[in-house]
Amino acid sequence: MIPRAETAHWIAASIALFFGLVLISELIVGREVFYRRKWRAYLFPSLVIVSSVGLWVITIFSTFSTMHLLAHSIWAQAALVAGAVELALARGKIRRAAWSLVPAFALLVSGIAFLVHEQNPWLYSRSAFLHHAIGWMLVVVSLFPLMHAVQPRRLAWRTGYALTFVLLAVLLFADRDAAPIFGRFGLGGP
Amino acid sequence: MSSDIATSVPRDEARQGTARRPWRALAVQLLGPLTIVAGVVWGVAQPYRIVLDRPGANLYDYLFQPPLLVILVGVVFTFLVAPGLVDDLGAEENRDPAR
Repeated sequence: MIPRAETAHWIAASIALFFGLVLISELIVGREVFYRRKWRAYLFPSLVIVSSVGLWVITIFSTFSTMHLLAHSIWAQAALVAGAVELALARGKIRRAAWSLVPAFALLVSGIAFLVHEQNPWLYSRSAFLHHAIGWMLVVVSLFPLMHAVQPRRLAWRTGYALTFVLLAVLLFADRDAAPIFGRFGLGGP
Repeated sequence: MSSDIATSVPRDEARQGTARRPWRALAVQLLGPLTIVAGVVWGVAQPYRIVLDRPGANLYDYLFQPPLLVILVGVVFTFLVAPGLVDDLGAEENRDPAR
């Protein structure tokens, strides 16, 4: 049984929220303590890669529109590449902070895909509003891993990257297949 | 003066470290419960988001509603991730009390 789009978005939101909590906890305890257990070091990269596989599955069911097919493919590929880089970082195969440019690029491409594949204006529906909001949010927050590549010791960029996932979760949880933008207030929408 | 003997800087670090560590453990322990509380508050604020008995509802409608998912994430973090982190923070404290 294939879930509705909003259900798939809520599941994605749960994963994003878990990502956020894991990254925030890593910031709190520090990388040295967090990496003390191998499974914890691999948790975030593994989940990103598993999410990319899930996105590929969703891509298979997105054949109702070429635009959605392409957008989901781009998200799946971006997540896969970002997850692979995170995994290599966790394993110590790569060490340079410049590798943060890959997640930055993945976020930027994902944001652009969100913006391009939403054909309705901001206030058309809640779904359209959230697509625009998430798209621009991803474009802006791609600056966090970008700046981390430039200033790897600065805590603000890693904090912003962690909070990105919490914000993404909030926006995805707000999604409905059919609803006016702000619920019972009925602003916008058909 | 030999740097092996000069120990005043590590003592300063120890004072800062002991002041900071309890805050870290508490923050990690609170992350999960706060998430659970957020889910419960959402469920109370929007009770219609939780399907109890609706004609035509399927398994997704019953189990995959946002407030329930938020609570689930909080529970998973509280019981699977946070305890190990707090233990490791404590072990780090015992291993290196000067930090």
